[in-house]
Amino acid sequence: MRHALTIGRREFNAYFTAPIAYIVIAIFLLVTGWFFFSTFFLLNQANLRNFFGLLPIIFAFVVPAVTMRLFAEEFHIGSYETLLTLPVGFGDVVLGKFSAACAFVAAMLLPTLAYPVAVAALGALDWGPVIGGYLGAVLLGAAFAAVGLFASALTRNQIVAFIIGLAICFGLTLVDQMAFFLPQVFASTLTYLAADVHFQNVARGVVDTRDLIYFLSVCFIGLYATHLALSSRN
Amino acid sequence: MIHVENLTKYYDEICAVDRISFDVRKGEILGLLGPNGAGKTTTLRMLTGFLKPSAGRIQIGDYSIEDRPLEIKKIIGYLPESAPLYQDMLVVDYLQFVAGLRELDAGARLDRIRELGELCGIREVMHQPIGELSKGYRQRVGLAHAMMGDPEVLVLDEPTSGLDPNQIVEIREIIRRIGKAKTVVFSTHILSEAEATCDRVAIIHRGKIAADSSTTRLKETLGGRSQIHVTLTGADADGVQRELAGVPGVTGLSLLDPSNGAVRLVLTCDATCDPRPELYQRIRRTSWTLLEFHQETLKLEDIFRELTKES
Repeated sequence: MRHALTIGRREFNAYFTAPIAYIVIAIFLLVTGWFFFSTFFLLNQANLRNFFGLLPIIFAFVVPAVTMRLFAEEFHIGSYETLLTLPVGFGDVVLGKFSAACAFVAAMLLPTLAYPVAVAALGALDWGPVIGGYLGAVLLGAAFAAVGLFASALTRNQIVAFIIGLAICFGLTLVDQMAFFLPQVFASTLTYLAADVHFQNVARGVVDTRDLIYFLSVCFIGLYATHLALSSRN
Repeated sequence: MIHVENLTKYYDEICAVDRISFDVRKGEILGLLGPNGAGKTTTLRMLTGFLKPSAGRIQIGDYSIEDRPLEIKKIIGYLPESAPLYQDMLVVDYLQFVAGLRELDAGARLDRIRELGELCGIREVMHQPIGELSKGYRQRVGLAHAMMGDPEVLVLDEPTSGLDPNQIVEIREIIRRIGKAKTVVFSTHILSEAEATCDRVAIIHRGKIAADSSTTRLKETLGGRSQIHVTLTGADADGVQRELAGVPGVTGLSLLDPSNGAVRLVLTCDATCDPRPELYQRIRRTSWTLLEFHQETLKLEDIFRELTKES
């Protein structure tokens, strides 16, 4: 466990020594800021529903970009061999990298706290949904990070890792829109699988165990699949 | 210290390592020699637990690699080929990271890093990113990485490849210094290197061990034959051939291209008797002038070439 922390700290620092972190954060803030404030004054309501409504789709693009390098880069330059012959297990490596990705997502969300503060200054903001929204955003980010980590463990090409991660995250976000075409039995299952639905539940300020279990199980499945992908590699 | 038994590795259908067995004693330096693609790197990767063997057993110290991979990783320091390290990190940060994973005491880390910086000669690059270092320095950082936890066993994959001659000498010197107290296994395709550094060499060819013995024994058993180079002026080729071919111990005589009117020839000899005194006596009786006269024993290089010849 201590090794996972050491690896996580290294990965987190590595994000900020390369320009990619700043680019990703800048793009994320630009996109969310633009979509949020372009309609905010027209709607004339003091809430962040618009911001959180878009978050799953934006995360589906941004989080795989954050995670794509975690394994693919190591495979590519060969440092994976150096890392794995140090006294660490697959579990340490997977958990370490996952925690770094989660911490990065949290760091990315941090500047957006300016939005609720600004909105609260303009009108009576209900803080319940805001807190729920940020909790949901962290959970959603963690779930997508686990998926992206798995995609990264499949290939030595970062672009391929990004596209695989994007496809899965995008599918998870929008799968409930497909429910409409299918018979009732499948429809409810599909709706349960949709990350968007669970996220919007939490973002309303209602923290239900069903939603928590959904996000935690996506994390678990993603990390376990990563573990399997790594151990079948050699 | 290291016990390897019937180690085999298949990549799909291709057999990279074919039932290799060897032992390495504590404090011994073993060189794995072989042409490219012989299976050296695969063997070392299995030894360090990075690759899973298809079959066979590896035991290091008291542990078998299948049951206790983590314990084995703790006592092995490994430098992979061409030292793939994190490009963006500063050398000192990277060594700190390794020290953390090697569970060194937080207080002792800086001292250990300083000590290794001294030993590997990387003190002046400590605050540079690894990606900006020259190959020689990167290799030395890799060496420091491998030695961080003061491991019992050091495994180095082509530690001198791509270095300039001065750096090669330095790295060899470091290996020899470490080899006094530790067990070292390293691979190379440079023969003089194995000859200069190792106590023992194992020659690997096409995934099999072609020869395994101490460097001196290997030369004795396979290198009993020798060659004598002679250069003479004032002589004619036919006369030289008549005079010298019959000397006991000489099994063959071949003339090289003459240069500046001198006759140059190479005599092959077997190990049974030394023909040199007799050769000299015979040359003295003639009117020829002797310019060059020296013997070469068959080098590891020739033995190697013989063992790994494509049949």
